[in-house]
Parts: sequence; structure tokens; C-alpha cells
Amino acid sequence: MGDSVNLRVPKKGYRLFKTKNWMVFKEGVWHNNPIFGMMLGLCSTLAVTNLVSNALVMSIAVTLVLVVNSAIISSLRNLIPERVRMIAYMLIISSLVITVDMVLKIVLPEASKALGPYVALIITNCILMGRAEAYAINNTVGLSVSDALGVGLGYTFSLTIISIFRELIGFGSILGFAVLPDQFPHVALFTIPPGAFFALGTFILIINAIRNRGKKS
Amino acid sequence: MNLFLLLFASVITSNIALSYFLGMCPFVTISKKIDVAAGMGIAVTMVMTLTASANWLIQNLLLVPLGLEFLQFLVFIVTIATIVQILEIVIDRYFPVMYLSFGIFLPLITVNCAILGISLFMVLRSYGFIETVLYSFGSGVGWLLAIVTMGGLRRNLVFSKPLANFGDPGITAIIAGIMALGFIGFTGVSG
Repeated sequence: MGDSVNLRVPKKGYRLFKTKNWMVFKEGVWHNNPIFGMMLGLCSTLAVTNLVSNALVMSIAVTLVLVVNSAIISSLRNLIPERVRMIAYMLIISSLVITVDMVLKIVLPEASKALGPYVALIITNCILMGRAEAYAINNTVGLSVSDALGVGLGYTFSLTIISIFRELIGFGSILGFAVLPDQFPHVALFTIPPGAFFALGTFILIINAIRNRGKKS
Repeated sequence: MNLFLLLFASVITSNIALSYFLGMCPFVTISKKIDVAAGMGIAVTMVMTLTASANWLIQNLLLVPLGLEFLQFLVFIVTIATIVQILEIVIDRYFPVMYLSFGIFLPLITVNCAILGISLFMVLRSYGFIETVLYSFGSGVGWLLAIVTMGGLRRNLVFSKPLANFGDPGITAIIAGIMALGFIGFTGVSG
């Protein structure tokens, strides 16, 4: 892995923030953010952000599958024939999701019930296919795992802020603990499906505004 | 359950795009033009009805008797990929005009979460065969209705100039929210 550590500067030591792995990771979190940058995986984003706990469980599941999938595909990248690579991704992803679903059913049965079919729908989540095809198939295991971790964290970040907003405004609580005083009105709109769209639209506006600041003439 | 109510609910009040958020990626990216949106919608309706029916048969005649339910996801996704592939070949061979209008969307559909989602909902709600056919067809029509409406609404954005920072996806999400409110308004009708 000579590509990641600059051995020429031993005096300053190993600088994490200058390595290629770190750059790839940072790119995944912000610039290539799956929700606000690439607009991938919107189904689960909208569906599970009604409660912070659902969003967190979903994020962990997706990140886990993403990292393991990228590691497997990048380590097999010289063995998978080009013509059948899509089917190979699909089979690997399905097997991983089956495992995650089974573990979730045993470890967190309530969360598993709340998420319903959306755990299984990780299989068709475009983020996984996207990172496999766009990154893992052409890069080393180390870089692919950094990329997957970055994108996974970007997904977690997006889901968390949207779900905090929706749960706070809709139920007046965060993770089930009442935060706002009782007399504060609960806007039930944000607990039902249309509210999910409004929340997503609003956050896209905010994130784009932050990204484009200073760009305009 | 009343079959007509089931059909009505799957098209309008429990619309898979607007209340279950399935198939969101094409819903946002392919809804710019009405004719393209309609092509995608028809392809989705067709594939959805076929795959859900096939998956019902596989689930109830093969997986349950053999105790292999844990392989459900894997088997379902393979069935979907196979059916889409066969459909593409058949349409390309026998209906070339149809192929040009919506056949090009078929390969994209394998990873459309709406297709897999309907098969999973069908198992979760333990529908019978007739119910599954109606439910999957109705859901497809509902998705078609939603994406075509979205295409029509987005065309009018030329005149309204929303904030630039919304970008295409942002304003699509807001429009979808307003549409979802409208669709939910029918809830009283289906009781």
C-alpha cells in the first residue's frame, strides 16, 4: 500500500489528514454525500427518518453492508468477469443483507419490526451498486473501504439530521426523550409521508446553500 | 378484504411512490418529461405485476413447503432479474415499436426498489394470489400516475423559477410532498 503513506517525511510522522485514504473518506462524507450530493438511496431516507432511532439503526445496517461489500468486491476485482459483474454485486449484496436482517431480528427485534421491508430493500439501494461499480471494482481494498466508510458516514449524517428535525418538530422528542415543553405545538405533518418530502426538500436547499456560498458573483 | 378497495388503496391512498417512498430514484431523475415518465411507468407496471405474481407462486409453492423462507430476498431478486431479461428479449423481438418507447427502461428496473418492495409487502401482508395480482397491478398504476403527474408539474417549473439552491431534486421533493398531501386526502373515501 505504498500509495497511502508518504514515507519521505519521517520527521513530521504519519499525518492522517494528508493520506489518500483520508481524502477519499472526506470526499465520501461531504462532496459525494449519497443523499445530498448524488441523490441515491432516497427511498430509505424518506421512509425511516420519522424517528431518530429508526434512522440510526438503518444507517448502521447500510454502512455495514456497504463496507463489507466494497471490501469483498475490491478484493475479488481481478476475478469477477466484466460481463457478469452486476449479477455478482447483486448476489454478494443480497447475501449480506440477508445476514444483517437475521442479526437485526434477533438483536433488535423492535427496530427490525419498525423498519419492516426497508431492511430488505437495502438490496436495491443504489448507493451499494453505485459504490461497487464506480469505486470498488477499480481500486485497492484499503481505498475502497475508506470510500465506503466515508459514504456510509455521509449517509448516516444525512439521515440523522433529517430524522432529528422530523422527530423534534413532529413528536417534540429526540430518541424518545421529550425535549420540547408540552405547550410547544407538535406539527403532525412531519410524522406522515408528505412531511418526509418537505423535510428532504428543505435540507437539500440548506445543504446546497452551504455548498454554493461564495460561488455566486 | 374487498378486492375493489384493495385496488383503490394501492392506486391512490397507499400509493407506493408517495406514501411508501418506493422507486424514488427514477421518480426524481426520470420525471422531467411526460412521455419518458409514462414509458418508465408502463414498464414498471408490467414488470411489477409479472414479478409479484411469479414471486407469490415461488414463495407459496416452493419456499414455504421446503422451509427456505430465509432465502426469500435472494430468490426474489434473481426472479426479478430473470423476468426482466426475458421480457426485454421478447419485446425487442416481437414488438420493436414498443421496445423503443419503454423497452430501454427495462434493464434499470431490476434495481428499482418498488419492484422488490411490492413482492416483500405481498409476503408481509400474506395476500392470496388474486389479491397479489390486483395489488401489484394497482401499485404499478399508482406509480405511473404519480410519475406522469410529476412530469406534468415539473414542466411548469419553467414559468415559476424556484430558488436556485433547491436544484432539480430539491424542488421535486417539495412538489412530491404537496402531491402526497393530495393523495392522502382520499383516505376517507376508502374508509
